[in-house]
Amino acid sequence: MPAGLILAVLLLFLRPASAQEEPLVADLSKHLVAITAGFSGTDVLLFGATDGPGDVIVVVRGPEKAELVRKKARTAGIWINREERRFTDAPQFYHIAATRPLEEMAVKGGDFQRHQIGLANLKLTAQGGEVGEFRAALIRLKQNQGVFSDEVEPINVLGNRLFRTEMHFPANVPVGTYRVEVYLVRERQVVSAQMTPLIIGKIGLGADLYDFAHYQAALYGIAAILIAVAAGWLASVAFRKR
Amino acid sequence: MQIYLPIAEMSINILVLLGLGGGVGFLSGVFGVGGGFLMTPLLIFLGVPPAVAVGTEANQIVASSVSGVLAHWRRGNVDVMMGLVLLAGGIVGSTFGVWLFKILRGLGQIDLVISLAYVVVLGIIGWLMLIESVQTIRQSRRPAGAPRRKLHQHTWVHGLPFKMRFRKSRLYISALLPLAIGVLVGILAALMGVGGGFIVVPAMIYLLGMPTSVVVGTSLFQIIFVTANTTFLQATMNQTVDVLLAVLLLVGGVIGAQIGARAGAKLKGEQLRGLLALIILGVCTKLLVDLLVTPTDLYSLGGGVAH
Repeated sequence: MPAGLILAVLLLFLRPASAQEEPLVADLSKHLVAITAGFSGTDVLLFGATDGPGDVIVVVRGPEKAELVRKKARTAGIWINREERRFTDAPQFYHIAATRPLEEMAVKGGDFQRHQIGLANLKLTAQGGEVGEFRAALIRLKQNQGVFSDEVEPINVLGNRLFRTEMHFPANVPVGTYRVEVYLVRERQVVSAQMTPLIIGKIGLGADLYDFAHYQAALYGIAAILIAVAAGWLASVAFRKR
Repeated sequence: MQIYLPIAEMSINILVLLGLGGGVGFLSGVFGVGGGFLMTPLLIFLGVPPAVAVGTEANQIVASSVSGVLAHWRRGNVDVMMGLVLLAGGIVGSTFGVWLFKILRGLGQIDLVISLAYVVVLGIIGWLMLIESVQTIRQSRRPAGAPRRKLHQHTWVHGLPFKMRFRKSRLYISALLPLAIGVLVGILAALMGVGGGFIVVPAMIYLLGMPTSVVVGTSLFQIIFVTANTTFLQATMNQTVDVLLAVLLLVGGVIGAQIGARAGAKLKGEQLRGLLALIILGVCTKLLVDLLVTPTDLYSLGGGVAH
């Protein structure tokens, strides 16, 4: 029960005197997600406290990358990629959780747009022609991959003060430095925000292989061939003796 | 049990990979083909990025071909001279193919070209082999004395210059023809993530007129070098060779190939060819249907953006 223990410890520290210093505190159960050979996805617990009632929103953003979205069209009976849009700054991961549906908070003054809270407010800039359909397709495809939230995930609240939420990272999660943003909404305004980095990296054999393949490509290629030749020869010899 | 593949950047069940390697390896042992024309589409169906599937498959075929060729070598079924001429063309072709692959990938048309190449090549070869094997089986059922095809026919091919003597194949033909076959197969090998055995084997039998006994060994011999070249170029130009995936596939693959080679020796040649033709036509039909049926999602994310 490490999560329960953390909450208990947190409760001890939340005496009224210290609570007014920070309206919002939050932390993660781990700050480093290691992708090892047996990696099949993981959960990270986010927990924290507020100094009183209010709504909490959690946004996890992956590193940004250029992304190409292509649309197929029928040409001579065959489906071929025809149109394409290049999005220059698409996050590779986007997870959102909140204490209640975003619309119900009725935040005013474009706070959600400014902080890019919710998939609808995600800033995705693209070049060339009509973007709307392609933007929707990018989000849908990322949701199918499991790297964008399908819907706003729930956040559990205890006694108007403590909150916790489980964030799932699937097996195909992109590596890089993630930003975990926690927002406090009160009286239709974002009144406080906190940001925590989360690093997702490859560790061990997988990481070594990845680095080897990318930084010493020629040696890697030769090694790959030698391994294959050795394996083929070994198998042949092993079967011959029998 | 899941395993994370560092280059493909995904996790797959280890037993699925071992089973896939074993099954395809068995077929490759029976037929003397690399098995890439089955393995590459299957890997893509599993969700492996097409570029990684093609690059990794080339690497795995190196292993299965080495283990396969040694068995043929001991029986003296490798025409080294013919293999060298084929592979000279193959090196040129596969180098050009990897370069073409990179360009098509940038244009977003690599998946289409891979599918079209499979449909056309597999369709033609599958039909030719099926017709041929059906005819042979029919002939062999007729009473003795039925007219046999001439062992050796002289065509325009024999008028080409640069004639060479291929002792093991008992042929005296122009080196240009095997060279050209090598180039063509090299291009397709690099583009389609295959060894090209399913093209080289029929080409040797029908175009070059080589004796069936040396065809499989010689094909495997040249495939080793063509796929080794492809592996190296894919690793250096595209970083799309996943060694961990290749090793897992080849563990199952080499074992399957050894069992397959033994099983293949007990089966009749014509039936073997008919069976291979059916498998080839099956893969071809599946790919053709995929091209014609309206896709569930018209949109796709391009792999053409470098990290």
